[in-house]
Amino acid sequence: MTWEAVIGIETHVELRTDSKMFCGCPTGFGAEPNTNICPVCLGLPGALPVPNETAIRWTIALGLALGSTITPHSVFHRKNYFYADLPKNYQISQFDLPLCAGGHLEIDPGTGVRRVGITRVHLEEDTGKSTHLGGGGRIHDSDATLLDFNRSGIPLMEVVSEPDISTPDEARAYAHELREVVLAMGISDARLEEGSMRFDANVSLRRIGTSALGTKVEVKNMNSLRSLQRALAYEIERQTRLLDSGAAITQETRHWDEEAGITHPGRSKEESSDYRYFAEPDLVPIVTTQETIATLRRDLPELPAARRARYVELGLEAAAARTLVAGPLGTLFEATLAAGAAPRRVANWLTGEIAAYLNRTGGDAGSLAIDATGLAQLVGMIETGKLSSTAAKEVLEGMLAGEGTPEQVAAARDLLQVSDEAEIAALVAAVLASHPDEVARVGAGEEKLVGFLVGQVMRAGQGKADPKVVDRLVRLQTHT
Amino acid sequence: MPVDIDIAKVARLARIGLTADELAYYGQQLQGILEHAALVQALPTAGVAPTAHPLPMVNSFRPDIVEPTLDREEVLAQAPDREGPYFRVPPFLED
Amino acid sequence: MDPADLTIAEAGARLRSGDLTAVDLLAAVRRRASMTEAILHAYLTIDHDGARAAATAADVALAQGRDLGSLHGIPIALKDNMVTRGIETTCSSRILAGYRPPYDATVVERLKAGGAVIVGKTNLDEFAMGSSTENSAYGPTRNPWDPDRVPGGSSGGSAAAVAVGSALAALGSDTGGSIRQPGSLTGTVGMKPTYGLVSRYGLIAFASSLDQIGPITRTVDDAVTVFEAIAGHDPSDATSYRGGVPEVRSTLDAGVKGLRIGIVGELSGEGTAPDVAANFRATVDALAGAGATIKELSLPSTAYALSAYYLIAPAECSANLARFDGVRYGPRLAGRSVEESMSATRRDGFGPEVTRRILLGTYALSAGYYDAFYGQAQKVRTLVIEDFRRAYSEVDVLVTPTSPTTAFAVGEKANDPLAMYLSDICTIPSNLAGDPAISVPSGLDSDGLPIGFQVLAPALGEAVMFRVASAVEQSSGFTGRPALATSAGAA
Ligand SMILES: [Zn+2]
Repeated sequence: MTWEAVIGIETHVELRTDSKMFCGCPTGFGAEPNTNICPVCLGLPGALPVPNETAIRWTIALGLALGSTITPHSVFHRKNYFYADLPKNYQISQFDLPLCAGGHLEIDPGTGVRRVGITRVHLEEDTGKSTHLGGGGRIHDSDATLLDFNRSGIPLMEVVSEPDISTPDEARAYAHELREVVLAMGISDARLEEGSMRFDANVSLRRIGTSALGTKVEVKNMNSLRSLQRALAYEIERQTRLLDSGAAITQETRHWDEEAGITHPGRSKEESSDYRYFAEPDLVPIVTTQETIATLRRDLPELPAARRARYVELGLEAAAARTLVAGPLGTLFEATLAAGAAPRRVANWLTGEIAAYLNRTGGDAGSLAIDATGLAQLVGMIETGKLSSTAAKEVLEGMLAGEGTPEQVAAARDLLQVSDEAEIAALVAAVLASHPDEVARVGAGEEKLVGFLVGQVMRAGQGKADPKVVDRLVRLQTHT
Repeated sequence: MPVDIDIAKVARLARIGLTADELAYYGQQLQGILEHAALVQALPTAGVAPTAHPLPMVNSFRPDIVEPTLDREEVLAQAPDREGPYFRVPPFLED
Repeated sequence: MDPADLTIAEAGARLRSGDLTAVDLLAAVRRRASMTEAILHAYLTIDHDGARAAATAADVALAQGRDLGSLHGIPIALKDNMVTRGIETTCSSRILAGYRPPYDATVVERLKAGGAVIVGKTNLDEFAMGSSTENSAYGPTRNPWDPDRVPGGSSGGSAAAVAVGSALAALGSDTGGSIRQPGSLTGTVGMKPTYGLVSRYGLIAFASSLDQIGPITRTVDDAVTVFEAIAGHDPSDATSYRGGVPEVRSTLDAGVKGLRIGIVGELSGEGTAPDVAANFRATVDALAGAGATIKELSLPSTAYALSAYYLIAPAECSANLARFDGVRYGPRLAGRSVEESMSATRRDGFGPEVTRRILLGTYALSAGYYDAFYGQAQKVRTLVIEDFRRAYSEVDVLVTPTSPTTAFAVGEKANDPLAMYLSDICTIPSNLAGDPAISVPSGLDSDGLPIGFQVLAPALGEAVMFRVASAVEQSSGFTGRPALATSAGAA
């Protein structure tokens, strides 16, 4: 392999504001077609846009999370192109004065943490949705297209990365991390399957060791992290073959076909991409003061990278920290820590048994019959020796089945561990008395029989005696 | 100042399907107007900031509050073609 | 006196004294329309039912002691580029034939809230592009002073209606003089407010950074009344001014004694018709006689203002008019694809002047030409604003003829767009600067056609602008009405 990939990713993120970017229409997903519409988002003659202040603040906040410079005097531009799902036939977007410029995102593709540069973060409006009739739902060969403008005008944030990504794994890690950040900030649902977070990638190859960039291909239509990874792997392979055979790469837009597992060229004329940007005359500039920036910075939540680092400091494995921060159980973890439980043990239960239970049942974290107090109690009972780890699993099972607190479950199922020295000593004495031969052999130096005797005691105690105490007492009593 | 105009490209960008004769007609007219308009280039403007807007206003926002929407039937009644709750158009060529 | 010939102030007094009802006033205006429309074609749509209902409601309200203000019961016409819910709104374009908007423009809501009776929608140059109201897909409007001549434009229908008495007042829109120039050519008062004082929400945009709605009336006092009713902040328009509307009425009759009035060499020299020039000088002399100080000034960059305007306005219009594609409203031409259908619809739907400006603007914004044309034009705009700022450090207002000529013949300039553009030289600079300006009738030329006198003021300087306009109105003694109005009134 003499080629390396150079990948930049453009991510579109729909913000979860109550109302649209430039009008008061609701943003809810799944409404009846063409019901969330008004003169503004339908591009009716005479309508004028007024920007949603929350969308602007959230975009600036994301810029701060990514370490961007906030543009002191930012401007909306009109991006002119004709498309039937774009009601005004121009999109209100940003051009040379985006809200946020520069920055970076730390990613961990599994091969160590690295930084991906951020070029810019800007704000624009989403388009309507088109459904193609006939021709198998594809654009080609369709008979007609149906338009629904509910999505038109939903605030859409565009995050552009530097071409700092060189493998499909890194691309996936970047996309994953960006998603984690917007989720942590609560500014987007970032539901890939609903299209509220979408990726386009620019891919080119260059000879390893050189710095000149090759011809760029834009890959679109990747609707999941997995398809992003697959599409890029395919595209790198395709370009490698072409270059290896001495062919040239055509600068073009290609669409990922999930089913076929290939990218195929789009049909847009290159000429149509003369967007004739100019400052939107219906809007006035956005001036962001240092005070606003300070407020937004102060209100930023703990970001995923910082949270993972904190968990590792609490003694968690890096993998467990990643799972808890990314997954649905992070909130329960935090609450259980707050209830005073030992971090590492809680993490093990959450990423082990409880995650497996969720997987098995397909439920979500909110529907669990276990809460932070219960989980903290369970972990406490293990720590204090009231439950063996085997018994604890059974107790957890009971808790998940809604049988009550760990105390109640353990009592009901008779799983409480006996740690009382006197009680165990009596049990040991009784067992030793019934095995005089073995006791004598241990006394003669046959140490391996200690294990046999411990086993007999455990069996006699129906497994509830604390094995550490049994072991100590067996040794004590056989050696006197 | 002579101005070079690819009038066919301009008409395509503007999505106006002009005939060859019309293209020639408008091409010539634009030529005349633009030669006059090109006078703006005669004025020295080094160091002059462009004005996009007459009033020096900034930060005109609205709060994130949901407002009433339009009645779908009233809107679709104006559509040249519809299908159920949707606007209907001929198939897309470009994507 | 026929009620159709009353001013708003006079009609208001009679409505309140009980010797006139809004229903009778509307009937008089409608009678005037029925006698003159076949000649003038000022209206595209007359809203019979809506107007009757509004007039009846106005009478009921007054009888119950609910007085909604100075427009209560007054018949007003709207230029057909302001949207009206359920009432056909076409911008004089085929591309909006039959279009019934689902909402009212903010100015329409304000007029209705003030008790006004909306008579109908008036003709204009298609999408307000033109200076003669000949560029209408539904036929030209003619001048009540001489039906062989144009009423000016683009608000020619509104101006003709007010001049002839088929409305007591009207709203127009002014992007480069489209209220003031038809005011001048029809002997009416036409006023363009400071950019941002009147909401543009519901005004079908021509050039967003230049467009402004304003009144066309028979007197300066009526212009103040309508201005007061429609001005004010609107949260639906992000460019709407939040600092409050200037108070103008208290100084309206204060006279010009002690005011400094500037005349601009570049805007009252060559190209001005001799009668217009003579009337202008006489009007300035009268102002001097009334105690104003007259000062000659130079606005050097106005020589470039016209060129800058004819790049900025088409550039903005090329985007503003992109939404007319036959997808969501308006007629559609068939095509094998949506792209083909859009191209055919737009070719068929737009008239030649609109097509020309869309192409011009598309070109001026396209890659490789932006800096030389649009970018440079925006810098010229800055220089025009700086010229005005310097001028207003020396004088309170500037005055010019509104138009270099009186009404020209129908068809005279139709095939020479550049000549038509050049006639806007005096009105365009205040749009570029966003400043207020007003045209007041100041006399007749030797053909008996009205001449307009323009007063320009700095942004938010409406008070001094109206004050000077009122002085001009009094000193000129102009109370002329077109022959068509007089004969119709006598009939
Ligand atoms: Zn909306």
